[in-house]
Amino acid sequence: MTIIERPSTEVAIAGAVPVGVKPSEALGVFKRPAASSSWRDWVVTVDHKKLGIMYGVAAFVFFLIGGVEALLIRLQLIAPDGKVLNADQYNQMFTMHATTMVFLFVMPMAAAFANYFVPLQIGARDVAFPRINAFGFWCFLFGGLFLNSSWFLGGGADGGWFMYAPNSSTLFSPSHGVDFWTMGLQITGIASLTGAINLIVTILNMRAPGMKMMRMPIFTWMVLVTQFLLLFAIPVITVALFLLTFQRSFDATFFDVASGADPLLWQHLFWIFGHPEVYILILPSFGIVSEVIPVFSKKPLFGYPIVAMSGAAIGFVGWGVWAHHMFASGLGPVSVTVFSMSTMAIAVPTGVKIVNWIMTMWGGKLTFTVPMLFAVGLVTQFTIGGLSGVTHAVAPSDTQQTDTYYIVAHFHYVLFGGAVFGLFAGFYYWWPKMFGRQLSESIGKWNFWLMVIGMNMTFGPMHILGLQGQPRRMFVWTKARAGEGLFNFGFWNRIASIGSFILGVGILLFIINIFYTHKLKKGALASNDPWDARTLEWMTDSPPKEHNFDVIPQINHLDEFFHRKYEQDSATHSVTQVHSADEVMAELNAHPDEHIHMPSRSYWPILLALSLPTIGYGLIYNRMLMAIGVAMVLLTMFGWAMEPATSPDEDFDPPESGDTHTKELVPHG
Amino acid sequence: MAESAIAHDHGVSHGAHASSTGLSNNKMGMWMFLGSECLLFGGLISTYMLYRGRVSSGPQPNNIFDIPFTSVSSFILLMSSLTMVLAVSSAQRKDDRNTNLWLTITALLGATFVGGQVYEFTAFYREGLGFTTSLFGSSFYSLTGFHGVHVSVGIIMLMALVGMNRNNRIPGDKAEVVELIGLYWHFVDIIWIIIFTLVYLIPS
Repeated sequence: MTIIERPSTEVAIAGAVPVGVKPSEALGVFKRPAASSSWRDWVVTVDHKKLGIMYGVAAFVFFLIGGVEALLIRLQLIAPDGKVLNADQYNQMFTMHATTMVFLFVMPMAAAFANYFVPLQIGARDVAFPRINAFGFWCFLFGGLFLNSSWFLGGGADGGWFMYAPNSSTLFSPSHGVDFWTMGLQITGIASLTGAINLIVTILNMRAPGMKMMRMPIFTWMVLVTQFLLLFAIPVITVALFLLTFQRSFDATFFDVASGADPLLWQHLFWIFGHPEVYILILPSFGIVSEVIPVFSKKPLFGYPIVAMSGAAIGFVGWGVWAHHMFASGLGPVSVTVFSMSTMAIAVPTGVKIVNWIMTMWGGKLTFTVPMLFAVGLVTQFTIGGLSGVTHAVAPSDTQQTDTYYIVAHFHYVLFGGAVFGLFAGFYYWWPKMFGRQLSESIGKWNFWLMVIGMNMTFGPMHILGLQGQPRRMFVWTKARAGEGLFNFGFWNRIASIGSFILGVGILLFIINIFYTHKLKKGALASNDPWDARTLEWMTDSPPKEHNFDVIPQINHLDEFFHRKYEQDSATHSVTQVHSADEVMAELNAHPDEHIHMPSRSYWPILLALSLPTIGYGLIYNRMLMAIGVAMVLLTMFGWAMEPATSPDEDFDPPESGDTHTKELVPHG
Repeated sequence: MAESAIAHDHGVSHGAHASSTGLSNNKMGMWMFLGSECLLFGGLISTYMLYRGRVSSGPQPNNIFDIPFTSVSSFILLMSSLTMVLAVSSAQRKDDRNTNLWLTITALLGATFVGGQVYEFTAFYREGLGFTTSLFGSSFYSLTGFHGVHVSVGIIMLMALVGMNRNNRIPGDKAEVVELIGLYWHFVDIIWIIIFTLVYLIPS
């Protein structure tokens, strides 16, 4: 049977075209871009795997930018009365560091893995809306570049990543930094929103036959929860950003306290977005380690349904805790009590996950490869951050900690020790599948240990600094108020700064590892299943061919690939391998599908995305430019609407011989 | 039921495999988008509800609203939902002529509503309520303005649909495309019912 991975509705396109005209020319405004191997192919691609890689590369570059910003902050604070940055530059630095890491690194890096692996894990050939997927990537990239272009146009935003109003109004922040920030986040928000719709529909609608919800890999589950959080959180910050833009550009009065505005409005809007946001950052990493730990423990994930449902529970309760960011703002005792309790409650599903990971490892045959090290690193480091998080849930304690380095310590343990470690586990785990070579384990181990040591040296002392009273966001600390003895600011700030450079070296080793593996070609060529893994993405080539699977597998189990390789003796419960990975694939691909339609390349996503920063620059500098941007949006949308998702003349068959090593696609007709 | 069975057969005959949920990707995508839009208007409505009584200068809400006028324009917008249903129904019967007719009428009714809003904004501005006059002014114009932009986008989509339909250039299942635009249109109408009630009818 032939399987075409696209909505059946589009089949009718072919009939609508006048006879004798090539469909691609009849329906597009431009000539449809053809397949090629040059860089142009990356500009017009709609392939979820290429877009995943592009998300990853761009996010990693932003990670390095954000990292340099962090190092400058630590250089400034290494000694009393730092001279590296002045107060204004320091404000811009911590604002842009946080904004970059949250919106331009962790979110898009999770999107990179989601884009690449969700279709593979559910046995699909692409996402539901491939062109919207490409549009989302370009929005993220252009939004990020737009935001960072503020460095060259008068300085970055300087109000903190939460950008509290009225501090962010033109009176207190007269440069264009905040304008770049609002418009930049608006554009990356479009990327997140379209990505959320796309991935939700993909996961709900495009699962392989037999893949019920409770047979989905746990990473796909966590991505699904994350995308629902994004779907409902992004519009809230969209409103907040619009209000701020109207305030700054059109003199609206939303945050003008003199005319009676309520400064808490911004805080509520921001944190109703902002707290789901922290789960948006961490849940994909939870998903990744939930894939990695079972594979390297040689055991199924302990309590799969509980891990999936606790993720969903975090997704629900995550909406009821936002005001714990505002305990110090005078909400009143009832609000504080309610949010304090809900914050303690959300620790429960999180703790459940940690128990499940530990129980998965318990009694397993553990192999400490680099992905496993990072996964265990997440379990330990995130737990530290989670525990200090519970101390913020206690409102009286939080009131003491608010705006001190203790908070900085907490969220770096959960974000760096949690989200980033999870992403690095993902890099090492999925690298052979994505690029066909394995990253060096020995460099990887240095990479891991330097990162663990570096992060604990950097963020561990911040607990002490915070409890000793060093405030966040202060561009200097002075010797006079540094205190004495073991807990003085001088010693621990120096440790933290040295640690941050060790951390930097650790991350540098990752880049060296990539260079070593690919440029020097020292990395071993990866087999299709190098880790003896359990899920569908390993049941195809490394790297996968454009249409992912020659045959869409029928799913009968959770961990389908594992069940095809191994059989359990019903009497002794012992598990024995009955097929190798290659045998499983050869059997699956014996009769490859014919006439596979893949979504066709398109110019429209990048053109539509380009019009958005045009509007942004127009809003800041020239209203004419803004009008041009709006016109571009309308024109490109029409062009897009006129162009069918799949040009009907592209149709190809995989090689008939069943030769699984052939990765080339054969164009048909 | 019969229709969905036919649609299913149609898909199988071309070798497409049905979606896991039975709902088409496009329709599920539209529902997700509308779910997200609820939170957008939720944020704007909350802002308005917080600020509706805060008038440091300029007119008060109760002095400025012309309830009979806005009731009429609201009625016109709600009637456009009826004509939208008729358009979807015509599209499902593959009656292109009536589909185009009802889509055009829907767009015209929507345009009448937007015209009424422009008139209303102008009148309010003359009476002293500018965008920057007071918190009430800023939040009122933002909320109703966002809704007006949504209606305008809907009108553009309706007119584009008519244009594409006349040239037979609607990709895929025509009836479903009309239905999707219809979903958006009804959503915008429902939002207006909420806005009309909260902003105009309930005295501050």
